Amino acid sequence: MDQPRHAPASRLKDGPGPGSREAAALDATWRDPPGVMGWLSAVNHKAIARRFIVTTFGFFVAGGLLAFVMRLQLARPGSTLVGPDLYNQLFTMHGSTMMFLFAVPVMQAVTIYLLPLMLGTRSVAFPRLNAFAYWIFLFGGLMLYVVFFLGAGPDVGWFSYVPLAGPDFSPGKRTDFWAQMITFTELSALVEAIVVITTVFKLRAPGMTLNRIPLFAWAMLVTAFMILFAMPSVMLASTTLITDRLVGTHFYNPAEGGDAVLWQHLFWFFGHPEVYLIFLPGLGFISAIIPTFARRPMFGYTAMVLALIATAFLAFGLWVHHMFAVNLPELGKSFFTAASMLIAIPSAVQIFCWIATLWSGRLDFKTPLLFVLGFFFILVLGGMTGIMLASVPLDLQVHDSYFVVAHLHYVLIGGAVFPLFGAFYYWYPKVTGRLMSERLGRWNFWLFFIGFNVAFFPMHLLGLRGMPRRVYTYQAGLGWDTLNLVATVGAVVIAVSVLLFMVNAVRSLRRGAMAGANPWGAGTLEWATESPPPPCNFHAIPVVHGREPLWEAPRAEAQRSSPAFTHVGGLAADTRELLATTVLDARPDLRVNFPDPTIWPFVSAVAVTGLFIGSVFTPWAVVWGSIPIAIALTAWFWPRRSETAVHLSLERKP
Amino acid sequence: MDSLHHVLAPFGPQAGHVHALWMLTLAVCGLVFAAVLAALLIALMRAGRGNAQSAPDLSTVGRPEPGRRHAVAAALAASTLLLLVLIAASIFTDRALARMSTDGALRLEVTAHQWWWEVRYVEPQVADSFITANEIHVPTGRPVIVTLKADDVIHSFWVPSLAGKKDLIPGRTTTMNFRADREGVYRGQCAEFCGSQHALMAFFVVADAPERYQAWAAAQRSPAPEPPPGPPLRGREIFMRSSCAMCHAIDGTPAQAVRGPNLTHMASRGTLAAGSLSNTPDDLKRWIADPQQIKPGTYMPATQLSSEDMDALVGYLQTLR
Ligand code: HEM
Ligand SMILES: [Cu+2]
Repeated sequence: MDQPRHAPASRLKDGPGPGSREAAALDATWRDPPGVMGWLSAVNHKAIARRFIVTTFGFFVAGGLLAFVMRLQLARPGSTLVGPDLYNQLFTMHGSTMMFLFAVPVMQAVTIYLLPLMLGTRSVAFPRLNAFAYWIFLFGGLMLYVVFFLGAGPDVGWFSYVPLAGPDFSPGKRTDFWAQMITFTELSALVEAIVVITTVFKLRAPGMTLNRIPLFAWAMLVTAFMILFAMPSVMLASTTLITDRLVGTHFYNPAEGGDAVLWQHLFWFFGHPEVYLIFLPGLGFISAIIPTFARRPMFGYTAMVLALIATAFLAFGLWVHHMFAVNLPELGKSFFTAASMLIAIPSAVQIFCWIATLWSGRLDFKTPLLFVLGFFFILVLGGMTGIMLASVPLDLQVHDSYFVVAHLHYVLIGGAVFPLFGAFYYWYPKVTGRLMSERLGRWNFWLFFIGFNVAFFPMHLLGLRGMPRRVYTYQAGLGWDTLNLVATVGAVVIAVSVLLFMVNAVRSLRRGAMAGANPWGAGTLEWATESPPPPCNFHAIPVVHGREPLWEAPRAEAQRSSPAFTHVGGLAADTRELLATTVLDARPDLRVNFPDPTIWPFVSAVAVTGLFIGSVFTPWAVVWGSIPIAIALTAWFWPRRSETAVHLSLERKP
Repeated sequence: MDSLHHVLAPFGPQAGHVHALWMLTLAVCGLVFAAVLAALLIALMRAGRGNAQSAPDLSTVGRPEPGRRHAVAAALAASTLLLLVLIAASIFTDRALARMSTDGALRLEVTAHQWWWEVRYVEPQVADSFITANEIHVPTGRPVIVTLKADDVIHSFWVPSLAGKKDLIPGRTTTMNFRADREGVYRGQCAEFCGSQHALMAFFVVADAPERYQAWAAAQRSPAPEPPPGPPLRGREIFMRSSCAMCHAIDGTPAQAVRGPNLTHMASRGTLAAGSLSNTPDDLKRWIADPQQIKPGTYMPATQLSSEDMDALVGYLQTLR
């Protein structure tokens, strides 16, 4: 039997072969410069993405450690391990870290790595902006942790409700740093969203029409659009909060005509879509993993895409279900109940389509698929409790109780972290060239799955028994003791499993089996190039003939009398030239020259950070801080004569 | 205090309606969950086994799979239908709760403070109104309308065994109602994060037979009794000349401050400091000597007293029945 994993791969690679002079020239062109300066000026999307992934995972571990301490504190009633001050910082930092510094950014980081590979191109759009987004994110996140270790961690919750977060009830700089961190990370998210949208629309390989885009790329495209609409809302909120605190405006002060509930509307108009920003990429991972391990294309591609889009629309229509306990008009509440429940339908479409795909597949139970199956169990359960929360009367009982804590972790860990771990196992070889250990992977999965359920299932019961969330302690005899202890034991198991994952990831860097281009026999383009990919991703840009190009290429060819094109020729090897294609049907459109690596995005990010940190202390920082930013941006965009010369010469000989 | 604090143990019509809705929702969701997982398990069992080397099955590319499509459509129709049932049930429950009769209701005004509850019994006759803290007494079988206000930040009023929660928001007034049908003590707790001591912001709803409630209310209306001569009387002096009187009120005495809970009948309450301690002389001493030890961050400062003075003060407070 012929080996499908080699045949199509080599077919799509018959540009300049590895080792040829052109290939070497391409590699040199797209490689980031060496040395520390080179490291700081890197713009290659894979380099940025690797850092981004490691950084976000670092934040995941940090956020997890905070949660672990919280669970230790709650293991027994009346525990004195940490007092209310520290505990309130812990849960605020935990929430902020997981939502702002891990969940959305890690998805964007993985996307930045994979998208150009999946779409068959050499870079993301706006590579310098991409680098800038990473630096901004890193500095914003570090700032939050630095102030935390200096003893000034924010302590009013990741949702920072006013007036508690306002100038009267949380004096000091804690909340100011928090608000600036929000503006930072959301700026980064916005920038990445623009990068993703442009990449998906304009940089697809020729032939990758809209209905051949990998579902993962669809998920990220929809997510990016949601980011564009959701993030400005929270940036507006955090900025008005900080002006209330520092400049003396009264947006949220009822005594001066402001409104405390305004904050909640702004926050949840972002905060609810945020949940889907985390969840949709997870769906994208699942839709990439299932076909590969079921050895057949996804069932219901179009339905899946429509479901993604429907979810995105609905997600903006139900933020109020976080505010049912605020006195709201009756009719409005019924509307939001209906909207919140109906969003289950697009999710159901996706779940049924996955099951249908598995149904007629030929399954290969590797670790990534295990995580997908774990996802099913956990997410569907979390979805059911979501339906309960959508109902006003039920929500009024369980809102702000541990029931919600259980629900949200089922949805976020089930809907995002399990798929993400699956994705790590699945794409690890594409990043490192080696496979992760299956044996450790299984341990990792089972410990995580069991530990997760042991930790979070009891919280449903705790909520029903009336335990409110965000309490640093509780009294004995309320029926909460055993359940809390069990939950803490579960947290220990989760910690062990994450540790195992890290051991596996680090060990496999050296010891893992060599992967080759396509270790899973998958069908999408990222597997057409070596693992890890060369700096330019593809020595020859592939031409796509189907949804699973590596599976379908030979078929497409057989159907034609004349041999179909398999790759694009004619792109320059000694300058960063790219092929842009049309939005709908991905016909070759333009040849664009991409910018070279430069230190200026880094410098700009430092300058922006200076402005933001300064502004926590004096409004004048906004004035003086903009000068270095202007200088850095000017240098960033200053045209270089040598580049212009290259562009002109390319124009002359097409 | 022995008390009930459980969504699934409803003791009033409000919590009861929600409980019924809960049972329905749980049944439907449980069913759907089981069905989806069963479908998944069947899929896993009947699907073949493959590996990275096996050729992908491309037989479905470009060819619709009508059987599968119908199955998915049917599953979708069924789930949509069930969801509509749940939406309808939820809206009906909501309406039923809104229509609940409040004739002849007892009117309360609850103001949340960081981190305790002020409760005002609003009677038609101003003179009949009175204030207490952290403990609400209600007659059984009579609806109670609670007006909710917040003094500082957002809090949330929640007695799971009686009704769902409602936020107390500075600058706004909200209301809720409940009715306790059985005698008992129901625990409630602040549900919205409100700062340092959000964890220790509990309260109790004591439901009594109407006659007993009337007796209690009559007692609460009266000012604090004159302490007997001896240590209690001296205790009152200590109270008045130390910092206590700067924050607390005791009706019938010069202490009229409103920063802390009204202490006129504090000895009749079951707990201290919003449910943090039981109301015994020893706990009371510990509390007064160092509240930060028990409830770090509370706005009540420690009070240094000699042990006789402390005994006298607590002796006096014990007379405030
Ligand atoms: C030595 C004099 C004082 C005595 C005997 C005293 C007594 C008490 C008692 C018995 C409670 C519990 C009330 C209840 O649970 O219903 C309490 C709570 C409280 N007291 Fe005082 N108090 C004193 C001084 C003060 C002062 C000076 C302040 C204001 C600065 C104050 C503010 C408060 C507050 C805010 C609470 C509620 C604490 C909480 O539950 O978080 N007290 N006090
Ligand atoms: Cu509160």
